[in-house]
Amino acid sequence: MTMAPSSPPPPTAASSQQARPERTILRVPEHTVEVVSDSGEGAQKCAQIFGRVSAKMGNGVWTVEIIPAEIQPPARTPESASGNRIRIGTKPVTNWGDHADVVVAFNEQVLLHRHRLGALAEDAIILIEDQWATHDDPDIRKAWADAMEELGQRSYRFIHVPMEEQCLTVTDTPRRGKNMFALGLLAWIYSRDLDKIRELIAQEFRKKAQALYDSNVALLELGHRWAEEHLDFRIQVPAIEADRPRVVMNGNQALALGAIAAGMELCAMYPITPATSASHYLSDIFERFGGLVHQAEDEIAAAGVAVGASFAGKVAFAITSGPGLALKTEFIGLAVMTEIPLVVVDVQRGGPSTGLPTKVEQGDLLAALFGQPGDAPHVVLAPATMEECFLSMTTARRIAEAFRCVVIVLSDANLATGVQPFPRPEVNEQWLAQSPDLGPVREGLRPYEWDPERGLSRRVIPGQPGGMHTVTGLSHDEWSHVGYTPDVHERGCVMRSRKLAVFQQMLRPPLVHGDDAGDLLIVGWGSTLGAIEEAVDRAREEGVAVSSVHLRFLSPLEPGLKEIFRRFKKVMTVEINYSDEPNDPYITDENRRRGQLCWLLRAQTLVDIECWTRVPGEPLRPGQILQAIRGHVPQEVTR
Amino acid sequence: MIDQACSLLSCGPDEDREWTMADYESAAARWCPGCGDHAILTAAQRLLETEQLPPEQTVFISGIGCASRFPHYMNTYGFHGIHGRALPVAIGVKLRRPDLHVFVVMGDGDCCSIGAAHWIHTLRYNPDIVALLLDNGVYGLTKNQTSPTSPKGKASNTQPRGALLPALNPLSATLGVTNASFVAQTGDWVPAHLYATLLAAYRHRGFAFVRILQRCPQYTTDLFEGAVRDPGLIELLVHPDGVAVSELERLYKNQVRHDPADLDAARRLAEPDGKIRLGVFYRNDALPVYEETRAVPTRSHAEKLALLNTELDRHAV
Repeated sequence: MTMAPSSPPPPTAASSQQARPERTILRVPEHTVEVVSDSGEGAQKCAQIFGRVSAKMGNGVWTVEIIPAEIQPPARTPESASGNRIRIGTKPVTNWGDHADVVVAFNEQVLLHRHRLGALAEDAIILIEDQWATHDDPDIRKAWADAMEELGQRSYRFIHVPMEEQCLTVTDTPRRGKNMFALGLLAWIYSRDLDKIRELIAQEFRKKAQALYDSNVALLELGHRWAEEHLDFRIQVPAIEADRPRVVMNGNQALALGAIAAGMELCAMYPITPATSASHYLSDIFERFGGLVHQAEDEIAAAGVAVGASFAGKVAFAITSGPGLALKTEFIGLAVMTEIPLVVVDVQRGGPSTGLPTKVEQGDLLAALFGQPGDAPHVVLAPATMEECFLSMTTARRIAEAFRCVVIVLSDANLATGVQPFPRPEVNEQWLAQSPDLGPVREGLRPYEWDPERGLSRRVIPGQPGGMHTVTGLSHDEWSHVGYTPDVHERGCVMRSRKLAVFQQMLRPPLVHGDDAGDLLIVGWGSTLGAIEEAVDRAREEGVAVSSVHLRFLSPLEPGLKEIFRRFKKVMTVEINYSDEPNDPYITDENRRRGQLCWLLRAQTLVDIECWTRVPGEPLRPGQILQAIRGHVPQEVTR
Repeated sequence: MIDQACSLLSCGPDEDREWTMADYESAAARWCPGCGDHAILTAAQRLLETEQLPPEQTVFISGIGCASRFPHYMNTYGFHGIHGRALPVAIGVKLRRPDLHVFVVMGDGDCCSIGAAHWIHTLRYNPDIVALLLDNGVYGLTKNQTSPTSPKGKASNTQPRGALLPALNPLSATLGVTNASFVAQTGDWVPAHLYATLLAAYRHRGFAFVRILQRCPQYTTDLFEGAVRDPGLIELLVHPDGVAVSELERLYKNQVRHDPADLDAARRLAEPDGKIRLGVFYRNDALPVYEETRAVPTRSHAEKLALLNTELDRHAV
């Protein structure tokens, strides 16, 4: 990114009181900030407020949490690094970018963690708490010196900040207050509106004591003053006045509000990272809307409660992550078999097994599609942005009801915890579920009165006079009578499968980002949308004939894919899940295990699709994808 | 059970209609001749007739196993689900449709083995549901495997030299769970007692857990044979707050007066000491009922939209 220096601002009344450093103002279209601390020191809160105030001031924003798996890992260790990356821009920001330009670090060890991950720009400005350099403990002084030597290999610019010393002038517990001091630093550097920040602090602490608010604001102002007196640069990321009202929230909040907008009445869950924060939010507000969160005794029971409520005519969903999806498998199969509408949200994390509980992966795609024994056709869709997290709940609910089917919504840790502003949804009555008709059913109505062409049938709900029947997970006929004969079982399979084909015909082909034809087509799904499109745009600026499509529906697949693929010399998926590298030992074209979307698309289209996948436990960086694009453009055209 | 107002209830039951046993009968039951389940089915149908429960307002929910075929033979709404998971489905129904009369039918494998977590936690939730444990001490549908309630030494296809472990006691396990509110035991071969117990369970406000000792003519033929032939092996728990069946009093001479409010005594009586006790062990109508604790206001679409806009304001840029 280019940083164009401009002239310093005229001295203000406040700044004329004492000698101030000469200031450079960097005016840039976008900038990336990281705040990292030991877990428990509040860097998350600092960064969240910084992201929100930037959104409120009209910047594009995307945030990503840097989060350890433990609540209180040992302090001053690289593993303890906790915080946030916030990328702000003049235009909408769609991903976390490549490198951080400004870092506020509460100690050198957590900084080292980010450095070793290659997260920092070559010329990053690092504001670092410097009490460790002169600490009483010689081991700490040595650790500091060693770290500084390692970090010194790069051309970072260090600014030592006596955070602890400063905070002690306001609070007795600086460890709990440094985050607001850091927020003050950033607020000054980026000229953030202090009144708006005070409002956000008030919101954060609205249920707590006034004294807490006062001390947080005092620390904020202290950091702001310190920056004003000591820093020789400021950074301007101009904002554009939005043409529509916007809201800012993370993907899990968007899912929660989306569930309410969809008219959902019950969220059944069991605690699991990174899905839980959605149900925290719902637990706080859902009852006001006439809904409720049921924390079940286990993942299986949560699915069962959702199925039971839906059977009884209420709109219910279950929310979980990969391990929980595995446990819900049998109930999902039952809902498919009984044609009970069910929405299951899977906020994906790294797997298999317990895997990477707090970190992003797109590893549940094939499990979501094919996890159930037998043939269990159902819909799988994947939102790609925070806004789509909101919208996907109404979409999922409508599909589930109209087709009497299961809909799995695949979000991920990147969407769940990332914050992005988006146009304020204009929800109207049509979004909300209609109460089901509980009137008597006509005589002779069969509980599965399948339209022979489309497999669709009308639901009959307990309470409807004359509609009594028993749904069953056993093979059954239109009367829901158990039947094991070939005609009964095969007909049931056809009817349940046909619904998906009917639904697929209602979908539109995906839009191509870039030219309609070219050398390379990137295919992605889920939270990688922004990073992929940014990489494609950068490659196109370099003259590479690359385009991308991003799939929202994975089951059934959106139509027209084969036709789109035909127009490109090569097609490659980009995914955050595991695949063998073609040149690795023992790997051949025959035994190579490919990315999950790649696997699916190859099977469905018979196109020889390539994949480029990584499982770093963090979102993909656009720069990485750009390199992959350069490396995979068909050779004969890159001469 | 307490009928509550429900937003979904757009048409009430037909007040003038009188329901008869035949109204609750569905397909002919396909259990083995001599299976205790037949008697339990009849008792349940008789209960519904007595209480005049509209079939459309009644739901029978089951898992998998011989016992779990039960809903297919009732002309009510039914849910024949997956092994061990009847209780979560029932909670889902009752939680948002408290107007429905919900019955759960489980076998001993369903309740005490694969679904044991749900058994314990449903006792804690205490929804207003009747749960019937049809306990024949064996896995029948899958052809004679050891169940948690198989007596030690009973040979099966999985433990041919005899069940390795002492049998789990569903009564003491249930009575040990916080919030258990109704625990009773009855037997399929004492129809009057069976019916009276189901009636008491239905009229209980809260989760009514009834263990029904049930004969399997295929695999545990002798399990209750002694008690069937010799009423002297049975001890009836009697009390005005329990189950009173006057016609049984001459046949079953062993009677113990037990106040179902006395939890300590209930736990002592539930311990195995060679006697088979039938009656209400414990009953407490005062415990909070889950769907009442979790009752939420009914909101119109307009109210929901207004609230949603207020919530979106909090996230406004």
